[in-house]
Amino acid sequence: MSQVEEKNIKSEKTSSEQMNIVVIGHVDHGKSTVVGRLLADTGSLPEGKLEDVKERCKRNSKPFEYAFLLDALKDEQAQGITIDSARCFFRSAKREYIIIDAPGHIEFLKNMISGAARAEAAMLVIDAHEGVQENSRRHGYMLSMLGVKQVVVLVNKMDLVDYSQTVFDSIKEEYLAFLKEIDIEPMSFIPVSAREGVNIVSVSKKMSWHDGLSTLEALDSFVKEASPVDQPFRFPVQDIYKFTEQGDDRRIFAGRIETGTINVGDEVVFLPSEKKSRISSIEGFNVAEQSQAFAGQSTGFTLAEQIYVKPGEMMCKVDDTLPITSTHLKVNIFWMARQPMIKGKKYKIKLAGTRVPVWLRDVVTVLDASDLTTDSNRQQIERHDIAECVLETLKPLAFDITQNIAQTGRFVIIDNYEIAGGGVVLDEVYIPTSRIERRVQQRENNWQRSRITPKMRSSRYNQRSTLVLITGAAGDGKENLAKALEEDLFESKRMVYYLGISNSLLGIEDNIDESGERDESLRRLGEVSHLFTDAGLILITTIDDLDDFELEMINTLNRPNDCRVVNIGANQFTKATVDLQVDNLDSQKEAIKKIKDLLAEKKYIVDYSI
Amino acid sequence: MDHLEVLESQSMFILREAYRSFGDLVMLWSIGKDSTVLLWLARKAFFGHVPIPLMHIDTTFKVPAMIEYRDRFAKQWKINMIVGKNEEVLESKETFPDGKTNRLQCCASLKSEALKHTLSGDWPRWVLNHKSGEYEKQLNGKPFTGVIVGARADEEGSRSKERYFSPRDRHNDWDVADQPPELWNQFKTDFAPGTHVRVHPLLDWTELNIWEYIERENIPIIDLYFDNGEGKRYRSLGCYPCTSSVDSTAKNVREVIAELRGGKFANIAERSGREQDKEDGSGLETLRRDGYM
Ligand SMILES: Nc1nc2c(ncn2[C@@H]2O[C@H](COP(=O)(O)OP(=O)(O)OP(=O)(O)O)[C@@H](O)[C@H]2O)c(=O)[nH]1
Ligand SMILES: [Mg+2]
Repeated sequence: MSQVEEKNIKSEKTSSEQMNIVVIGHVDHGKSTVVGRLLADTGSLPEGKLEDVKERCKRNSKPFEYAFLLDALKDEQAQGITIDSARCFFRSAKREYIIIDAPGHIEFLKNMISGAARAEAAMLVIDAHEGVQENSRRHGYMLSMLGVKQVVVLVNKMDLVDYSQTVFDSIKEEYLAFLKEIDIEPMSFIPVSAREGVNIVSVSKKMSWHDGLSTLEALDSFVKEASPVDQPFRFPVQDIYKFTEQGDDRRIFAGRIETGTINVGDEVVFLPSEKKSRISSIEGFNVAEQSQAFAGQSTGFTLAEQIYVKPGEMMCKVDDTLPITSTHLKVNIFWMARQPMIKGKKYKIKLAGTRVPVWLRDVVTVLDASDLTTDSNRQQIERHDIAECVLETLKPLAFDITQNIAQTGRFVIIDNYEIAGGGVVLDEVYIPTSRIERRVQQRENNWQRSRITPKMRSSRYNQRSTLVLITGAAGDGKENLAKALEEDLFESKRMVYYLGISNSLLGIEDNIDESGERDESLRRLGEVSHLFTDAGLILITTIDDLDDFELEMINTLNRPNDCRVVNIGANQFTKATVDLQVDNLDSQKEAIKKIKDLLAEKKYIVDYSI
Repeated sequence: MDHLEVLESQSMFILREAYRSFGDLVMLWSIGKDSTVLLWLARKAFFGHVPIPLMHIDTTFKVPAMIEYRDRFAKQWKINMIVGKNEEVLESKETFPDGKTNRLQCCASLKSEALKHTLSGDWPRWVLNHKSGEYEKQLNGKPFTGVIVGARADEEGSRSKERYFSPRDRHNDWDVADQPPELWNQFKTDFAPGTHVRVHPLLDWTELNIWEYIERENIPIIDLYFDNGEGKRYRSLGCYPCTSSVDSTAKNVREVIAELRGGKFANIAERSGREQDKEDGSGLETLRRDGYM
């Protein structure tokens, strides 16, 4: 059901179109001047702005630059350089534009990338006098990686080379050859002089040999890409809302549809948990009731069957081609941080809605994008490198190969709170053992055993050790049960211990799983359990909202010792086996008896008789 | 999707991302058109609710109609409303309207300072009690580490360089030369303790887009923006001593849009009525590096 407020539904459709264009190229080749000119010569500047800037230049006895219209920061004007990408707004007869004027200096590459990642098309500026330079190539390469496919090349400062067609042709030839290597087919090459305003808003007679478009015409010739409504449905769950205190009992799965289309009634599956449900309604505020939602919309859904899903999972349609679910990804990464990316260090990956710990496993090749040379003997990834490498995540995550679905096939890497790198997924990699399994193997190989064997402990204590893991939705009943169980077993002379710290270790703050802290706490818990069970104890603990992956992790870490799962209330697992299901805790006594029966049946407590 | 739907969807995404990532989040509401659109977008993002408290910095030089409007909608939309002010300077009258200081300094103390200390919680806050309908003074509030602001990139130069998620250090300072990368829809949502973040969901909107959206959604907007028969209206709302009205006969949203599309204001900067921007060439950058919104 949708709420409609103040009797208003969308009155009339405005049909206007908006496009984001980035202007890139080597430092000082005239990007800001091109944009400044474009704004000035189309009359897009606010009244008085041009005069203001001219006046200020005069006052400071500096020559006027069109670039000052964009380079608004004090440092930028002082140094005559663009530091950060600027958005400027511009309207042609055809549509609205946000033009992003990117910096060309290598020091500010991350700012250029931030600008270009927002763009649908690019204008790449090359200085006719200086010719193709390092960042002309590097920026071109970044476009291909960021997935910007439409490119127009402006050969600027033609005034410095006497508007020579020979110079233009040779630059065109050289750069075309480069673009071909990286699979970009430019829409056109245009000779311009930004400072003189030649071929900016209209084709000038200065270069009669140029029979192509002006810069403005080229801008308008970019094609707005159709929204990906026909692709498989991808909905990264951004959050799950329940505004109960405000008297609203809808449980809404909120997020933005990245690709595809969905209808009320469609069957959906959440990955990686593989939980299934059906779309019950499409929610919105101040919109008419909808039965369909599609790519690009920030929306929300309620589901027919209530299931427990965490933010970060990907909702897909059961009948669609599904994304890959894996812990290993082959990727192309560009690194922006000063600290290199190294093996053995824990980073965080953010892909669609997921945020999980990740490690660099293998560096395949490193590419220098300024000349396309490669190096296959590198162990780490340095600033501004582009590397093909293998990443390993702690948990499986759902993703697509970028060639198939770009929106869910790209990611960033966080190092010490900062976005340090970005990348695209090339493929999945099959690796038979998980990180945790390798860790356990290593641990078992190095474990120093004494002469006291598990068997000796078992007969001394008159019990077999195991971890008793009590799971289920959050609620305090589980802890009381665990304590009572400990007491009961203790009274019957068992070696038993209740580990009461688990839930507080995991924290009650809802954001904790996003930083990977929950996983880390669970890992420790697994190691601690292993110690207790190895010492021959029956260890009892409770964990709220455990999922399949987390249980698997604890199980693995606790090996070779046993783990028995007692689930209270709704079963939140899709794959894991629950050893004992207790529907409610109405009678604690009853529950304890069931658990003890289980322990007897599985021969942990041998002499226990009913 | 048309351009307004694209802008709306992106802003909702940003608001939800902020809400997901930061615990101590607040949204600034100046009562003006931009932050009112922002508030409306929050209701869109959160399905009719406003789960984030709103903060208004009262310079006491605002037009009284603004305060009346603020409280009316705060009550109607069940908003957790917080008001802050610079009591000390207001008492000592070290203000521009009282003739004791210049415009930039006045802005710095009544807005930036008040904001800084109300955010950190070391100055009192006045919180709306929905039962009594009155504001109650609250001491020792917990600091807010995330602030959502309705800044637009088209307003002036330094804003055109902003990120959607923009870090501020311990002293509220903005390091414009070293901003974090922002790729696709992955923003900087990880913060070292002690630092905080400004979130800008409206960066891609122009003044015209704001009005088009107000029209499309029928958002109740304060009527100071319209001519009430005297041939004058405000285009941007600030403190009355420093914000002049413009000559215009636009009486409603539709007429404002016509003025901006092709009419008399098509090429005149919105903030041209704000005097504090003019005091030095880059007055606003200086203010903003220092915590001005
Ligand atoms: N002769 C000549 N000079 C130009 C032309 N276009 C730009 N310039 C000059 O080249 C210099 C650099 O121009 P900008 O527009 O700042 O270059 P940019 O590419 O934006 O530089 P960054 O953003 O710092 O990478 C300025 O001094 C401009 O005046 C042109 O067409 N002809
Ligand atoms: Mg520049």
